[in-house]
Amino acid sequence: MRTVSLPKVMLTHAALIGACAVVLYPVLWVIKMALSPSQAFSMSPNPIPTEVTLQNFVHLFTMQDGLLWRQLLNSIIVSGATTLIGVILASTAAYAFSRFRFPGRTLGMAGFLITQMFPGVVMAIPLYILLDKLGLLNSLTGLILVYSTSSLPFCVWMLKGYFDTIPRDLEEAAVMDGASQWLIFTQIMLPLARPAMVVTALFSFMTAWNEFILAATFLTDDKMFTIPIVLQRFVGDYSTQWGYFAAGAILVSLPVMGLFFKLQKYLIGGLTAGAVKG
Amino acid sequence: MGLFMDQVNDRLQRRWNLSGTFWLTSLLWIVTLICGQSATGSVAFAQDAESEQRVVWHAYRGAEEKALKKLVESWNEEHPSQPFKLLFIPYEVYASKVDNDIPRGNGPDVFISAHERIGQWAASSLIEPWPVDSLQGYHPKTLDAVKYQQKSWGVPLAYKSLVLFYHRKFVKQPPESVEEMLEVAQRVTDAPAGRYGLVYEAANFYMHAPWLTAFGGEVFDKEGKFALNSPEVAASYAFAEDLVLTRKIVPEDASGSLVTHLFNSGDAAFAINGPWFLGELDKDLDFGMVPLPPLAKTGLPASPFLTVDAAFVSARSTHKEDARQFALYISNHDSSLIRAREGLQPVATLSVYDDPEIQKMGQLMTFRKQLDHTLPMPNRPEMNAVWEPANQALRQVLRGSVEPAMALKQAEQRYGFYTKPAPEEQPMTPLLIGVALLLLALAATTVMKFRDGSLWAEMKANKPAYLYLAPAAVGMILLIVAPFVVGSMVSLFAHHNGEFTYVGLTHFLNILLSREYGLTDPLSFYFTLAVTVAWTAVNVFFHVSIGLGLALLLREPWVRLRGFYRVLLIIPWAIPNYITALIWKGMFHKQFGAINGLLVALGLEPVSWFSQFSTAFAANVATNTWLGFPFMMVVILGALQAIPRDLEQAAEVDGASWWQRMRHVVFPLLKPSLVPAVILGTVWTFNMFNIIYLVSGGEPDGATEILISESYKWAFTRQQQYGYAAAYAVLIFFVLLAYSAVTGQLKLDD
Repeated sequence: MRTVSLPKVMLTHAALIGACAVVLYPVLWVIKMALSPSQAFSMSPNPIPTEVTLQNFVHLFTMQDGLLWRQLLNSIIVSGATTLIGVILASTAAYAFSRFRFPGRTLGMAGFLITQMFPGVVMAIPLYILLDKLGLLNSLTGLILVYSTSSLPFCVWMLKGYFDTIPRDLEEAAVMDGASQWLIFTQIMLPLARPAMVVTALFSFMTAWNEFILAATFLTDDKMFTIPIVLQRFVGDYSTQWGYFAAGAILVSLPVMGLFFKLQKYLIGGLTAGAVKG
Repeated sequence: MGLFMDQVNDRLQRRWNLSGTFWLTSLLWIVTLICGQSATGSVAFAQDAESEQRVVWHAYRGAEEKALKKLVESWNEEHPSQPFKLLFIPYEVYASKVDNDIPRGNGPDVFISAHERIGQWAASSLIEPWPVDSLQGYHPKTLDAVKYQQKSWGVPLAYKSLVLFYHRKFVKQPPESVEEMLEVAQRVTDAPAGRYGLVYEAANFYMHAPWLTAFGGEVFDKEGKFALNSPEVAASYAFAEDLVLTRKIVPEDASGSLVTHLFNSGDAAFAINGPWFLGELDKDLDFGMVPLPPLAKTGLPASPFLTVDAAFVSARSTHKEDARQFALYISNHDSSLIRAREGLQPVATLSVYDDPEIQKMGQLMTFRKQLDHTLPMPNRPEMNAVWEPANQALRQVLRGSVEPAMALKQAEQRYGFYTKPAPEEQPMTPLLIGVALLLLALAATTVMKFRDGSLWAEMKANKPAYLYLAPAAVGMILLIVAPFVVGSMVSLFAHHNGEFTYVGLTHFLNILLSREYGLTDPLSFYFTLAVTVAWTAVNVFFHVSIGLGLALLLREPWVRLRGFYRVLLIIPWAIPNYITALIWKGMFHKQFGAINGLLVALGLEPVSWFSQFSTAFAANVATNTWLGFPFMMVVILGALQAIPRDLEQAAEVDGASWWQRMRHVVFPLLKPSLVPAVILGTVWTFNMFNIIYLVSGGEPDGATEILISESYKWAFTRQQQYGYAAAYAVLIFFVLLAYSAVTGQLKLDD
């Protein structure tokens, strides 16, 4: 490893610290409001908390007779299942697009992209009717199905793009060794595409984790609610309970940050370099 | 021989495994469906078991919710065979759930809501009327509020209106008139120091209503015609302008948060606000509350809008009689007493105010006194189309950019646009013929393509590819394509109070020929399209360049704490943007925002961000850049892993400069993963609705709206013109499709 000059290190850190400062400055107000005993939106120029209390967090867990745990679980189930289904379906589809030349391929790929251009405003009601007919209204399954398909196009395109960068020599060698297509897909392609899998997983998870409008349209029973609907509870007709909302916002973002923290080693520790060299 | 067997084995194995993939993924769909069925099955079962369960919807929180819960419990004890179940529905989706769920039989039996949508609900037959004179004992104003076309539609429970709050340290004696109040306010005001005599949301038409009535204005005249374009209303607008711009007694751009902040910090003598304000005030604040005083000049009371919370019986309830009894139960004397005493609700039931305990509750009694001088919020469906023009005119006047009379004339014109009668009904035959021809053409081309059999053979040879693709494709067609096709059909219809009439391509022609508005009017499709394109281009540029820059820094192995930086930098993506977008909006406030604070510290002039197009647009972009770059950064971090570092190092050894390495090694290898992210980023930004809504709100004068936010406005704040809104959505789709076709991105490959 060559040494890196000191000014370069300093500049890089300065740039990163600057970026973090810009990112964190507005977030300080969220923290301030979450820790404040008041329900008002903080307009003070000072983002440092002046009073610290955990009562907003306590309220989150004790209101509605402690139903929040159940709703957290709902959110985890919905986001987890969305991620699982999304990534599995996307990786098989992306593999087909990347490694086969079949009639309808161009059309199919364009089709995935085109679906992203549909403005959601016209789709909510037809989806509602469809789920109603399938008996999936007010159920987590209906929500999972809708979320996983809406995150699919990005996942398919992202994975297809990444699969394309994986050299074919590896598969050809594997075919020589008598490996089946399935084996190649699961044992070679998927592990090599780990960084892209992580990005798509994170994306699918986020699609489901923060979505509010569809969830609130399809779900009516509070035992079925996901966390974003619960957060919206604090947004009222005339006023918003900002202390509770901020505490909830922090609560919602912690699992995402934790997940990202866990996953980022796969995002960084790419395997292709070694594999291709060999 | 062995080789042959291997091949056979291999083929067999491949076949099995391929269908294995197919079955595995199909299984996944099936399992989810079955789980769903059983989950809903159990729900359905539960519903069967509780088919006697009646449902009440509400959006109450805190003490109000607790009091209501108590009433439901006592009802259930007294009526064990007709139990009611209380369900909380968030305010944001309350109205749309009522509209969606009730007609399809999924709605509640009773719902509690503000009265302002009665006209629309009654017209679309969502609620049951009450027999004449069956409702007795409520304040006449609250009964007025629930009346529409000579019928009563709900049982009044409680009401909300503005009153006057004052700080005792500035105000010894509550003022007898508006003039007297302004005298005190003028004395207290020290605008440069951030101290104001009176704080209220001056640019909000709801908050403006007391001045409107004090000058003798009204929203609708006796015949139900738009009446804001009158000298009386103009006088009230000029009065507000004088308070804000000339005398500077009232702060500019005051949001609800700023009003609370200034009153809490003792930098305001008076505040005009409603009952919800009590929940935001600091515990140890020494303040008083009185009804709004009259305006001495006209001798008229300053009457705020009155909103009545009422219990409505759903027209689709299967237990209408129980629902009626329940609605009367929660509004009878004993129940109302509980709601007043424990829920701190200003209740509509008059006898409650004779209770000695209630008479000691000063705050409640203030609302009761104000109630006599209120203007019940008009409940006609057209009221929905008043807000936007009225607010826009108010903001123009408070910016000093337009004279009140002129602004109100424009408001009347806009109101006319929003409430114009639906286009003529048209015969459906052309549509049916068109669809038939299209299907025929499709069938013909398919037959032609398959005729010589080579396509079929090729498809057969690629069977595995189709198997890999099938599960995803099925899901997409069923859950995205089909709903979109169905949803876009709405664009051929005009919607009015629950009724749809077929109007063919009229909406499209109206929009595309810009028949109603000039090309440069913010309501014109082309104006909004230009704004949307600029919005998208600028945002995507910043997202990608910032994301790329940070990703390149963060992949360097010698950067310590990389993991730490990475996690911090994705925070904007992780936190719900509803709150962060509003924090950004606050940071852009002219007088109290952090951004102007920074500008002033640097010796620059403070900027009034939302009063000109360029700066309002910049504020939107800044917020959306902050929110959007982490996603691009993560995508690029992943994509960078496809680039072997030794390739770059080799280039470096060969003497390639940083830029040459980027251009010839990094970018080409980054492209396959980055391009889809950029295209999809473009599409998403094009349809990024909530940042516009939360930050600039379309200011100034709707100029910063983008196509999708216009579509939302047509659907929800302009007389629910769903057909017109859907036509916008379909046009958005075609614009995006044309863009990707022209730039050749649909064929992007290899």
